[in-house]
Amino acid sequence: MSMALAAPAAAYLLVANDSKRRDNLVEAAKLTQLKIGKPQEVSFERTRVDGWRKFQEKAIAWVVRTGENDVVAYSPQCTHLGCAYHWEESGNQFVCPCHGSRFSIDGTVLEGPASRPLDRYPVHVENSKLLIGSEIQKA
Amino acid sequence: MFRRLRDWLEDRTGIESAVQCFLYEEIPASSGWHQVFGSVALFAFLVQAATGILLALNYEPAPVAAYDSVRYIMTQVTAGRLMRALHHWGASLMIVVVVLHMLQTFVWGAYKKPREATWIGGVLLLLLTLAFGLSGYLLPWDNRAYWGTVVTTQISALAPGAGPLLARLLGSDGTSIGAITFTRFYVAHVQLLPPLTVLLIALHVYLVRRHGVAPAPKDENKPKKPFYPEQVAKDTIAIFGWFAVLMGMAILARVPLGHMADPTDLSYVPRPEWYFLFLFQFLKWFEGPLEVVGAVILPTLAILGLILIPFIDRGKMKTVRRRWGAIGLATLAAIFWGGLTARAVATTPESREMDMSLVKPWQQISAGNMASIGYFRKAQCGSCHLLGKSAAGPDLTLAPSSRPAEWLEEHIKSNPKAAGALTDEQVKMLAVFVASRSTQAVDAWQNAPQNAVEGALIYQANDCGSCHELNGVGDELGPALNGAGERHDRSWIEGHFADPPKYSPGSIMPPFQFKPDELRLITDYIMAIPR
Repeated sequence: MSMALAAPAAAYLLVANDSKRRDNLVEAAKLTQLKIGKPQEVSFERTRVDGWRKFQEKAIAWVVRTGENDVVAYSPQCTHLGCAYHWEESGNQFVCPCHGSRFSIDGTVLEGPASRPLDRYPVHVENSKLLIGSEIQKA
Repeated sequence: MFRRLRDWLEDRTGIESAVQCFLYEEIPASSGWHQVFGSVALFAFLVQAATGILLALNYEPAPVAAYDSVRYIMTQVTAGRLMRALHHWGASLMIVVVVLHMLQTFVWGAYKKPREATWIGGVLLLLLTLAFGLSGYLLPWDNRAYWGTVVTTQISALAPGAGPLLARLLGSDGTSIGAITFTRFYVAHVQLLPPLTVLLIALHVYLVRRHGVAPAPKDENKPKKPFYPEQVAKDTIAIFGWFAVLMGMAILARVPLGHMADPTDLSYVPRPEWYFLFLFQFLKWFEGPLEVVGAVILPTLAILGLILIPFIDRGKMKTVRRRWGAIGLATLAAIFWGGLTARAVATTPESREMDMSLVKPWQQISAGNMASIGYFRKAQCGSCHLLGKSAAGPDLTLAPSSRPAEWLEEHIKSNPKAAGALTDEQVKMLAVFVASRSTQAVDAWQNAPQNAVEGALIYQANDCGSCHELNGVGDELGPALNGAGERHDRSWIEGHFADPPKYSPGSIMPPFQFKPDELRLITDYIMAIPR
């Protein structure tokens, strides 16, 4: 009897919900607005499913244009414990103010405690426009 | 009559003899001030329960609504700000007293046989107290709550093996938190932890009674004494002292409410509550793959170590003065905790975030409306139109004026005090304001401080709104000015007026040379407008 209750209870709490999310790409910026080799904070609208709530919200990405038609978009949270990091112009690196992790412009870890490079958003360049998807991809 | 009622109650319930049994229990001769902390901790829990229930009566447990209801509690409910402060500081002071209770038990060696289970129950109660702190931290749903909890859920995700399951249990999707995490923290805070704590406290007190208060080595040669009145008096005095400190803190130390939780606010630097700061600083030592050691493994070992203390130290009871090992260990722990906490405080950047519970309506209306209030005051319209009262002129706060604009303008100009004081443009603005003001503007009209109004007059006179948006009004050629005071300090803003490109390279803003008084007023005004 206790198993009959405990098993569905564990599933109820621990098994991920079946939410099939289609990753819609949305326009975030024009390529001409992005300077090559200079990270910029770019905001875009995304649909977020939060439990029983579904809504449009503003999201932020750190975008680096690496070539004429090449762009990477990093999730703005440190891969250590999720604090928001910022770009430090003088040191040419991303710095997290929480525990001091540092990342290079290509997202790799320069200094701990973070162990993974920066997470990325899927990007697509079309007609000189940057499109960003909302599903974060772990590097 | 009273005697008969008492006898009846005693006969049917046994309550009187139970209370007597409780009060006259014999305790060792050495008992004294060092043993008051348990009672104080119990009282602290009761204060938290009472203030928590009172807060819950005006609190809506859902994201966004939670923030609005906390703001409502702080700004509109009578004594709401005090109630929140009592609950907030009560939590901190409860942790202080629980830790003191534990330290006392540790240093005196009161955990030794046969009191091992009492000690373990105490360690679990400490963990429950910390869990209350952690789960309650999210409930105001401001930036501090949100970002602090993002870090908490990410730490739990690091646990070897169980990490992902634990994170899912806390409702985290790996990077952000939302309604599910909120609901689970709320349920933990008000539905799971309280009954669990009551149960453990009952067990803990039962065990204390079963084994008696721990005696000092030579106590067996001395006569025992009853718990009442001497020890009860000491406990009561300690409780009063604790409560006096709490009340003092609740009245004097403000508990702020920041901006509403915003996952896109990258400027927010999260810091945990003071009692977790040492862990926060500790985490900086563990790089790369070692982060799980600092975040999960060592804290778990420390808790296990605490639980196992009575089984490690099994020697005979010694007087406290001869427990050098315990005193040394406790001192080392205090130095470790204090050092890490101090280092974390030293590396915390100064926060300029505004306390949103203190934001007044005048900080939320347009600069034009504020300037119109300035015109009203400058032309001394208030000498006939007393705001909020009927006088020679009608009370303009009752309803927007229904007179046509031309009539209003003529009426204002017919006031001899307005004639020289206001330009035609300003008369026009005042007429529009009188006919279309919002409820917020009415509050500002009556209550806006004069220096803020003067700041808005300077803002309006220099036409700042033709390039900058402020409270939703103005052009977007330059950056919006809401929250400028949270992004920059005073010297930056003042310097920026005189030489914009020096502070914002590439700025096309022309320089403004204000007189010192004007510079102070306009800077005060801009800095007072929240994000």
